[in-house]
Amino acid sequence: MMSMNIVKREPLPSWVKVLIPFAAVLATLALAAIPILAAGGNLWKAYGSLFFGALGNRFNLLETFVKASPLILTGLAVAFAFRARFWNIGAEGQLYAGAVAATVIGVYGTWLPPSLKIPAIMVAGFLAGGLWATIPAFLKTRFKVDDVVTTLLLNYVMLHFVGTLLFGPLQEPGSSWPRSPQIMKDAFYPVLIAKSRFHIGIIVSFVSVLAVWFINDKTVFGYQSKCVGVNILAARYGGINAGMVILKTALISGGLAGLAGVGEVCAIQYNLIMDLSPGYGQTGVVIAMLGNLHPLGVALSAFFFSVIGVGAQTMSRMAGVPVYITGVMEGIALMVMLVFLLLTEYRIKWSKS
Amino acid sequence: MIEEILSVPFLTGLLSATLRMSTPIILATLGEIIIERSGVLNLGIEGTMLFGAVVGFLTTLSTGNIWLGVFMAAFAGVLLSMLMALLAVYLGVSQHVAGLGITVFASGLSMFVYRLTVGSPTVPPTIRPFVPVPIPFLSDIPLIGTSFFNQHLLTYFTWILIPLVSVFLFRTRPGLRVRTVGQNPFAADTVGVNVNLTRTACLAVGGAFFGVAGSFMTLAHQNMFLKDVIGGRGWVAIAMTIFGNWNPVIGTAGALIFGFLDALQLRLQSLGVRLPFHLFLMIPYLITVVALVGVSRKATVPAGLLRPYRREEKGG
Repeated sequence: MMSMNIVKREPLPSWVKVLIPFAAVLATLALAAIPILAAGGNLWKAYGSLFFGALGNRFNLLETFVKASPLILTGLAVAFAFRARFWNIGAEGQLYAGAVAATVIGVYGTWLPPSLKIPAIMVAGFLAGGLWATIPAFLKTRFKVDDVVTTLLLNYVMLHFVGTLLFGPLQEPGSSWPRSPQIMKDAFYPVLIAKSRFHIGIIVSFVSVLAVWFINDKTVFGYQSKCVGVNILAARYGGINAGMVILKTALISGGLAGLAGVGEVCAIQYNLIMDLSPGYGQTGVVIAMLGNLHPLGVALSAFFFSVIGVGAQTMSRMAGVPVYITGVMEGIALMVMLVFLLLTEYRIKWSKS
Repeated sequence: MIEEILSVPFLTGLLSATLRMSTPIILATLGEIIIERSGVLNLGIEGTMLFGAVVGFLTTLSTGNIWLGVFMAAFAGVLLSMLMALLAVYLGVSQHVAGLGITVFASGLSMFVYRLTVGSPTVPPTIRPFVPVPIPFLSDIPLIGTSFFNQHLLTYFTWILIPLVSVFLFRTRPGLRVRTVGQNPFAADTVGVNVNLTRTACLAVGGAFFGVAGSFMTLAHQNMFLKDVIGGRGWVAIAMTIFGNWNPVIGTAGALIFGFLDALQLRLQSLGVRLPFHLFLMIPYLITVVALVGVSRKATVPAGLLRPYRREEKGG
C-alpha cells in the first residue's frame, strides 16, 4: 500500500509565488466546469457570456469596477488583519457598521457644510467599522477570547442591530419596509464617468490599496504588524507591544471594511437596507487569500471575483447556470489557492509502507 | 401580561421550544467537540449544516421519505468532511482557512443545487415535516411531560447522544485515543495510533452530526429551505465548544441557554408582545460573546489543535 507524506521542499524562486494566484484562477475555472456542466450549461457559452457580461462593453466593464470597489476594501481589510494573525472574519459586520454611520450622518447631518459632508461620512464610516473590529481584538488581547468566533458572532449582532434600527429609529417615516430615509443629495458620492456608476468610492478603494501597501512596506507599524503575525513571542521579545499592534491593526482593518459600507450607501443604495451587502465580507476572506495577503494581489483578485459576480448574471440568462455559481467558485478558488500555496513549500512524497 | 407569561401553556410552550431550538446546536456542538478533541478545528461547520439542510430537504421532497432525507444529510456531511480531511489533515493546510473554504464552497453549492432542482417558483416548495412524538405515560405529566416528552425523534436521539459521546470520549479506549491524538499526536504515533486516520474518522462522525443538525432545520423546525435557515448556528456551536471547555455536557448546557433565548423570543412574539424582534434575535449572539469572555482565560484548548501532524516536524 502506498502512503502519502508531506515533506519540505527546496525553496522555489520568488517568481513562482507571483504566478500561483494566476494558476489558481485557471484551476478554479477548470474545476467550476463540473457544476456548470451539471447544470446543463454549454461550457463555451457559459464562460463566454460570463466574461462578455463582465468585460464585453463599456457599461459592463464600468459595472465590474463598481462591484470591485467594496470587494477590494473588504479584501484589504481581511488581508491586513490576517497578516498580523488577527483572524478577522467579521468584515461583513464592520461593513454594516460603516454603513450605519454613513446613513446617520447622511440623513441627519444637515448642519454640516456641503463640502464637508462626504469627508465627514468617510471618517465616521471608517471609525465605526474600525471600532467595531477593535472589540474582538480587545477581547483577544485582554481575555484571550478566540477572535475567529467573536468576529463571526459579532456579524450577527451587527446585522440584527441594523434590523433593530431599520424597524425602529432609522426607519423611513411612513414606510413599512425596513429601510432608512434617503441620504441628502450632497452626501452622494460623485459619479466620475458620465452614463455609468463609476464613482469616487472606486478611487477610494484604489487609494486604499496604495495606502495599505505603503503601511506594510514603508512604516514601522507595518513591520511590527507583520512581526506579530509571524511570531508573536519573538515580537514581544523584540520589544513590540503586541496587544497595541493588534488593536491598531483591527482599527485599520475594520475601517477599510467600514469604507466599503460607506460606498454602498453613498454610491449605490443612497439609503440603508438589510440586504446592503451580498456577503462582501465573506468574499473578502477569499480575496485576501487569493491575493496572497498582498494589497496588489487583493486588488487583482477582487477584480477577478467582481468579473465573476457581474458576469454570472449574464451567464445565468444566457446559459441557464444559477448565479449561485459565484459562491461555488469562491469556495473552489480558496481551497485551490491553499493547496497551491502548500505546494510551494512542501512536496508530496509517496512511499511504500 | 405577566400572568400570561407565568401561565402553564406559555411555560410549556417555552420549555418545549427551548428543547426544539437547541437540538441542532447541541448536535453540532457534539460533532465539533469530537473533531476538536482530535486536534482539528472545523470551521466548515456552518456550510456543512446548510448543505445538510438542503440535501435533507431535497431528498425528502423528491422521495417523500423523510428518514432517507436525514440519512442523505448525514452522508452529505461526511462527504464535505472528507474534503476537509484531505485539506487540513493529509495536506495539512491552515485549518482556519480550509474550514472557511468548505463553508464558502458548501454555502454556494447548497444554493446552487437548490436553485437547480427547484427552480425559482413564486411559492417555495414544502415537505411534510417531522411531527412531535409523545412518549406514553411520561408525556402526561403536567408541564415537564408535556414539554420534555413531546418532542421530535431527532431531539430524543440527540439527548441519547450526549451521554454516549461523553462516555465515548472519557471512558473508552478509542475515546482516549482520540484525545491523545488531539493532545499529543507524537505520543499517539509512538504507541501506534494512526493520527491522520483517527482525525479523519472524527471528522466523518462530526460531519454526519452537522449534516443531521442542518436537516433538523428543514425537516423538523421548518418545512422548507431558506437561504439563511442555519443563520449562524454553526458558529454558535463553535462558541459552545469553547464555552463547554470541550466537554459535551457543559457544551450542551450552553446550547440550551442559547436555545432558551431563541425560544423566548419566538414565544413572546407569538404572544403579540410588541418588541423590536431584531433586538431579541441579537441577544443570544451577544450573550454567547459575553459567556466566552468569562471562560476563555481558563479554557484548556487541546494542545494539538490547529497543528497538522507531520512526523518529521516534531516540535514544529
